[in-house]
Amino acid sequence: MKRFLLYAVLILFTLTILVPFFLTLLTAFKTQPELAKGVFTLPERLNWQNFTDAWTQGHFNIYFVNSLIVIIPVVILATLFSILSAYALAHLPLPGRSIVFALFLLGLIVPLEGLIIPLYYTLRSLKLLDTYWALILPDVALSIPFGSYLLWASFKGAPQSLVDAAVLDGASRSAILWRVLVPLSRPTINVLIVFFFIWNWNDFLLPLILISKDELRTLPVGLAFFQGRYTVNIPLLAAGATIVSTPLIIIYLIFQRQFIRGLTTGIE
Amino acid sequence: MAKEQANWARGITMRPGDRWYTGWVYLLPGFFIFAALVLYPLGLTFWYSFHDWAGIGRPVWLGLGNYLKLFQDKLFWQGIFHNLQFVIFYSIIPIVLGLVLSSILHQRWFKGVTLFRTLLFLPQILPMVLIGIIWRWLYSPVNGPINQILKAIGLKALARPWLGDFDWALPSLGIVATWYFYGFCMVVFLAGIQKIEPHLYDAAGLDGASALQQFWYITLPDLRREIGVVMMFTFITALKVFDVVFVTTRGGPGDSTLVTSLYLYEKAFKQKAVGYGASIAVILTIFTILIALFLRRYQERKV
Repeated sequence: MKRFLLYAVLILFTLTILVPFFLTLLTAFKTQPELAKGVFTLPERLNWQNFTDAWTQGHFNIYFVNSLIVIIPVVILATLFSILSAYALAHLPLPGRSIVFALFLLGLIVPLEGLIIPLYYTLRSLKLLDTYWALILPDVALSIPFGSYLLWASFKGAPQSLVDAAVLDGASRSAILWRVLVPLSRPTINVLIVFFFIWNWNDFLLPLILISKDELRTLPVGLAFFQGRYTVNIPLLAAGATIVSTPLIIIYLIFQRQFIRGLTTGIE
Repeated sequence: MAKEQANWARGITMRPGDRWYTGWVYLLPGFFIFAALVLYPLGLTFWYSFHDWAGIGRPVWLGLGNYLKLFQDKLFWQGIFHNLQFVIFYSIIPIVLGLVLSSILHQRWFKGVTLFRTLLFLPQILPMVLIGIIWRWLYSPVNGPINQILKAIGLKALARPWLGDFDWALPSLGIVATWYFYGFCMVVFLAGIQKIEPHLYDAAGLDGASALQQFWYITLPDLRREIGVVMMFTFITALKVFDVVFVTTRGGPGDSTLVTSLYLYEKAFKQKAVGYGASIAVILTIFTILIALFLRRYQERKV
């Protein structure tokens, strides 16, 4: 009986998570008159019109491509630079090491709000506002402290005997990094990639401020402005929300282990 | 991490072929872009905050003028007060729920841990903007699903324009944050509980300790580190909440859900009071750093 009750509690909480998504999906297939009949009624037939409207008229096709154009270099560069920084911090002679550590720690804590105003004017003077670089460069910069910390711990924890053996074989500094440490830290690097992806893909404040042209907007900001344009057409809005969430949910279900590890180790 | 930091130099030796600057060769690309686009603007925020500037022309030196004005600005204090109220919904309630749920999932007879964990964690991977848009609809006054459910189960009196109500708008947005974060808290705590030695529970069970006592005397003390980390993360998130307010109430009705970040955005980017906006950013940054340092100390004390 007690067990039954505890299961019931868990199921209830799980339903509160799932029902909003389910209702959104259901609504995306309805026409506006069908929605007026009630939120929980089923549509007469699956109506795909909302999706095609949102995809083209709502510009989600453009937002989607923009998100991809930004995320690919961000993940590659942020991961690469984090690997290099972490190696320097963990294994190499580095004057000023403790200062670098302290500054990266500052970078981890400081809110984006603390630097967004000058960032806007700096990028404006560099003529980079309303370009993809206005998102790619700050995203990379903001990702590096976290990546360096996470990989530093991983590189530091690598078995010294393996590193020593490579040194005896005459391996150079860069060979030790790429042939010994990086393969050993593969799981951590995977976590990092997942983290960089989800964090930067969902970013909102930065693209909201640094991008003003609609044709350069990424998905979250595009979705916010889409809502502003179609406030009353709930089924269309629901279709837009579904378009944004479905790829993320699919990726999440495939990589859920990495996601959960990434976001839980991520905050430590 | 701080303890490890003290030993950062351990085991680092010069090898043949190393120069004193070898580390910097590797560090430089990442550090340069970090310094240029994080540290430099962060410093400039302080500089801006001492000026009156509209984004064009020459900034006028004000000294502490912006701060003096800010400390008398009722809207600013209201924003801070709303952020602190959000801490209850971002941090405290999700932590309590997370503790309860993770202890249930940790029971040995419990089947389907992975399934529940995966589903409860789901909101975390989605952009807050999307969550805000979905909930804005759920809360909508006329035919919103929540009001429809209330009417259907005979609680019509409770139906209200949730986000349009001066008293209910803030708690309603808070509930969205709680909904977003409790699964996350649960997952972190569950990972922590799984690291606790099982024989501690076995021994306690043999001694006749109830499940509640086991939770209080074994689970809770051992989770201090995880609780500290989650508290720091969610607390800071509550201080800088922006997305969800931006796409739902925009601070309204009236100023009943105005938060500091939104006020900063309005001042610096809409009204072009750049220096004034920067002074808000400085206060928010200092506040965040103080909270982080404070909670970090709490975490380290028990190690």
